[in-house]
Amino acid sequence: MAKLKIALYWAASCGGCEIATLAIGDKILKLAEVADIVFWPVGIDFKYADVEKMPDKSIDACLFNGAIRTSENEHIAKLLRAKSKIMIAYGSCSYEGCIPGLSNFYNRQLTFERAYIETPTTDNPEKILPQTKVKVPEGELELPEFYDTVKTLAQTVDVDYFVPGCPPEEKTTWLALEALVTGKLPPKGTVISHSVKAVCDECLRKKEEKKIKKFYRPYEKIPEPEKCLLEQGFLCYGVATRGGCGALCPQANMPCTGCYGPVEGVVDQGAHFLSALASIIDSNDPEEIQKIIDDIPDPAGTFYRYSLPDSLLRRARIK
Amino acid sequence: MDNFEPKIVAFCCNWCSYAGADLAGTSRMQYCPNIRVIRVMCSGRVNPLFVLKALSIGADGVLILGCHPGDCHYIEGNYKTMRRIPLLQKMLKQLGIEKERVRLEWVSASEGAKFAEVANNFTQSIKNLGPSSSGSFKQNSEEGKHG
Repeated sequence: MAKLKIALYWAASCGGCEIATLAIGDKILKLAEVADIVFWPVGIDFKYADVEKMPDKSIDACLFNGAIRTSENEHIAKLLRAKSKIMIAYGSCSYEGCIPGLSNFYNRQLTFERAYIETPTTDNPEKILPQTKVKVPEGELELPEFYDTVKTLAQTVDVDYFVPGCPPEEKTTWLALEALVTGKLPPKGTVISHSVKAVCDECLRKKEEKKIKKFYRPYEKIPEPEKCLLEQGFLCYGVATRGGCGALCPQANMPCTGCYGPVEGVVDQGAHFLSALASIIDSNDPEEIQKIIDDIPDPAGTFYRYSLPDSLLRRARIK
Repeated sequence: MDNFEPKIVAFCCNWCSYAGADLAGTSRMQYCPNIRVIRVMCSGRVNPLFVLKALSIGADGVLILGCHPGDCHYIEGNYKTMRRIPLLQKMLKQLGIEKERVRLEWVSASEGAKFAEVANNFTQSIKNLGPSSSGSFKQNSEEGKHG
């Protein structure tokens, strides 16, 4: 049997997903037996021109991490889609937009002003901002265009599978790779994870009745070791997040932040968490309810930490 | 702006507010035709998702009408709504959508007049706010994976 051809790419991402692909440990040798990596900017020196020369559909699978934020991201997403039989949105950025997607609370102008002018460590008295074209003595230089709105991979090209996580856990990565290697592929559109249920389903903490009088941020109190974090008032996102990670964060006393995306069948993870969270506020008095809600300083950023571009509203409206 | 006729979605609970709207109708009370009533079994059935969906496909305002506190047919459905809407409003503000575009009111089955008044009052306040830009973005369903 001919070896599989695999491509890996990063768009708007932090690089954590690249490390996550290596986190499969010695299984990488198993992968190397059956697959060749034909494109991987982080690890191997191939150029975009090399990919352009490949025949269409000549790559068996592309693991694409990172959101779509620039014209370069979009161009390569479309190029790799054309060259790949299977396109996998690997990691939360390409699946839902993730942390780069939080930029959708702003637009290009506001992002540039913050990043290149306002930040305290920036020294830019002439207020120079990135341009798509710049003339220098040697000729004209081009930079990719920076978009106003961050998009997910599926909002840009047709995607076959999604691998959730920021970054995906080792066992989740292997689940996807194993499916590729063995050829036992799930139906198109599947979010590849060991669970279709919520993180709570895997969490070992004791769960009783959820009634909250006050919300706490993780630094404000030390959690009790065995009781459900949500019941203790921490904004634990487990109730609205797909499992498969093994509920690692709650085991380590950190509330789930929602990186595995919505549970099966749910559209707009943030709205569902909002709904679940508000319902368990222990008060029937509008004034007290308002006071309890005031403890959540940044609801939009908390509920859409990983999924603003994939949410129904997709971005904030800027006046 | 003078000709702006807002699109308003009103989620009415089956047991109180929908009957209240019915009473307004059978009593021949006049109210703004901008309201599109959607009957739900309980205001507690109104997942914030419904409100976001309405706003994202072009509603300029969303009304959620339920039984008065203590009157819920399901005992505490409307209390859940009472807790969700202020949090939703706080979140919408961060997303650049005026919180006045979403309003929660209690309308009982006997309050046809209140239903008409709320409908008129809310329509006027949305007219004052102007068209919403929240529907200006393409829907996920058009190009994304979600239906």
